[in-house]
Amino acid sequence: MEQLIGVLFDGVAYGSLLFLVSVGLSVTLGLMNFVHLAHGVFAMLGGYLMVRSMALWGLSYWEALPLAFVGMAVLGAALERLLYRHFYKAGPLDQTLLCIGIILIAMASATYVWGPQQQSVMLPDRLRGNAELLGLSLGRLRLFVVAVVALITLALAYLIERTRFGAQVRAAVDNRDAAAGLGIGVDGLFTLCFALGTGLAGLGGALAADVLGLDPSFPIKYMVYFLLVVAVGGAGTIKGPLIAGLLLGVCDVAGKYYVPEASAFAIYLMMVVLLIAFPAGLYGRRA
Amino acid sequence: MNAMRLWLAGLVSPTPGRHLLRARWGTVERLLWVLLPVAVFVFFPGHLLLATQIAIACVFALSLDLVLGYAGIVTLGHAASFGLGAYTAGLLAVHGWTEPFSGLVAAALVAAVVGGLTACLLVRLGDLSRLMVTMGIGLMLFEAANKAASITGGLDGLSGMQMGRVLGLFEFDVAGQVGYWYSVGVLLVVFLFLRQLVASPFGLSLRAIHQCVGRAPSLGMPVGARLVAAYTLGAALAGVAGALLAQTTQFVGLDSLGFNRSADVLVMLMLGGAGRLYGALFGSALFMLAHDLLASLNPVYWQFWIGIMLVALVVFARGGLTAWYARLRQTIRTHRSLHP
Repeated sequence: MEQLIGVLFDGVAYGSLLFLVSVGLSVTLGLMNFVHLAHGVFAMLGGYLMVRSMALWGLSYWEALPLAFVGMAVLGAALERLLYRHFYKAGPLDQTLLCIGIILIAMASATYVWGPQQQSVMLPDRLRGNAELLGLSLGRLRLFVVAVVALITLALAYLIERTRFGAQVRAAVDNRDAAAGLGIGVDGLFTLCFALGTGLAGLGGALAADVLGLDPSFPIKYMVYFLLVVAVGGAGTIKGPLIAGLLLGVCDVAGKYYVPEASAFAIYLMMVVLLIAFPAGLYGRRA
Repeated sequence: MNAMRLWLAGLVSPTPGRHLLRARWGTVERLLWVLLPVAVFVFFPGHLLLATQIAIACVFALSLDLVLGYAGIVTLGHAASFGLGAYTAGLLAVHGWTEPFSGLVAAALVAAVVGGLTACLLVRLGDLSRLMVTMGIGLMLFEAANKAASITGGLDGLSGMQMGRVLGLFEFDVAGQVGYWYSVGVLLVVFLFLRQLVASPFGLSLRAIHQCVGRAPSLGMPVGARLVAAYTLGAALAGVAGALLAQTTQFVGLDSLGFNRSADVLVMLMLGGAGRLYGALFGSALFMLAHDLLASLNPVYWQFWIGIMLVALVVFARGGLTAWYARLRQTIRTHRSLHP
């Protein structure tokens, strides 16, 4: 029983990280129809930014986490303005090629600059070891991850559902042209959303550095997972990727734990079956 | 029939019959196909293995061109067919069936069956879902081959195959001379076949579907059936390419099913230009040469340059180098007619 709860908890922590990284992907896909396969690059760079800033500039973990968010948001905004912007009208194939190119460049550069080895994170004492909670012994880092993701999810839900900005985003997802016709500055909205998405990916990558591991193959290793979260959850929502991320995290951890031979195969099978059964995603805002 | 061909050709190109003319061979083309393989054989005898790899990559890229360039079915899992073909030919050879041509046919059949089943799933989906489903199926086959190590050799790869003589006469040699001519011969046959196919009413209907999938049914085209046929055929040809690799290297690695191979062939095709047969040939030759050069300069970072190439390609020369060249020629022609 205790073991089962442990596996479930690990799955939830893992799934919430997947959600955190992928939610930006869901927004770019829903809002701009842009297949941003290179989203994992920002997660990886966020992780490296945290690890290197702690090692080089002596920042603490608590300072480095927000830095990963801000750094990746700025980088995302810059790239959106300079590069991605020109590809919103292009077909999925050109977008895919662009992203594969960016992934290859990022992976080779990361290997060149930081080496091919796994990076280790200096965790603060408060996040090490296990904590007793409701009679269970749970990893502190994972508890922290789940708490952070829960807070961010609530903040995002508030942002999208209750604020003026969120109303504009929803309008633009439903119909970009009509939204632009109503005087919504769709271009600026795109940049902001993209920056928010890459920032969250950077934060997710920083949090994930200790849980998923951080090395130059990160963007390609987890690409399927991020895509799966979005494809299953549906583009342009928050609820869909959240449920999909948690589901995938629990299934993957449980699969690796109980049926180690079949795990990866089962994930891919699940992806294909779900995609064929629900072409628009479980909670897609549009077909 | 002829009237319909003309009418279809008019449908897909501004000048009626342009595509039909393209089916005719030019002198340059004939010379190229005769002289280039001979020249490579005579002047680069030390690079025959690379030349064989290029010929195989050309077959693979041509098969993708049919699926993606002509039928417009986007895929990130074309290596699934390639790997299936490679393992089929490899397993046949390991278990004593050593005749090469029948191995190619068997590989094509297996790849076609799986490709046909995949295609039935794909036709209903949108572009994004197609990309992901093909990628998912490719990864599934990769995992399956990885786990079934007793059959496929798993990570160590499949080796220990003994190939029979080509046409019962020529034995595969260490220098790769027979492998080279064998691969070039198969490439030529595949190219001739595709050349006829894309200029046929079937090929024209694929273009029409690609250009306007909504209008095609109202012209009486069975869109689903055509797409399934094109995908199945493309899968069979990719299987042939995989089988060629297995037979000429007498080894099948797990990477023949890998995602990287799917991505690479996509890059080759897009580099040369999709929807043109010479685009596929040119792109794969360029990619393989660049790969060879960059990997010999630095085996770790060659991917960086491939990445730069890709980004530059989609930013500056969308549609590939052959399309860029065609645009350039058009510009020069317009310029000349304006300033004689």
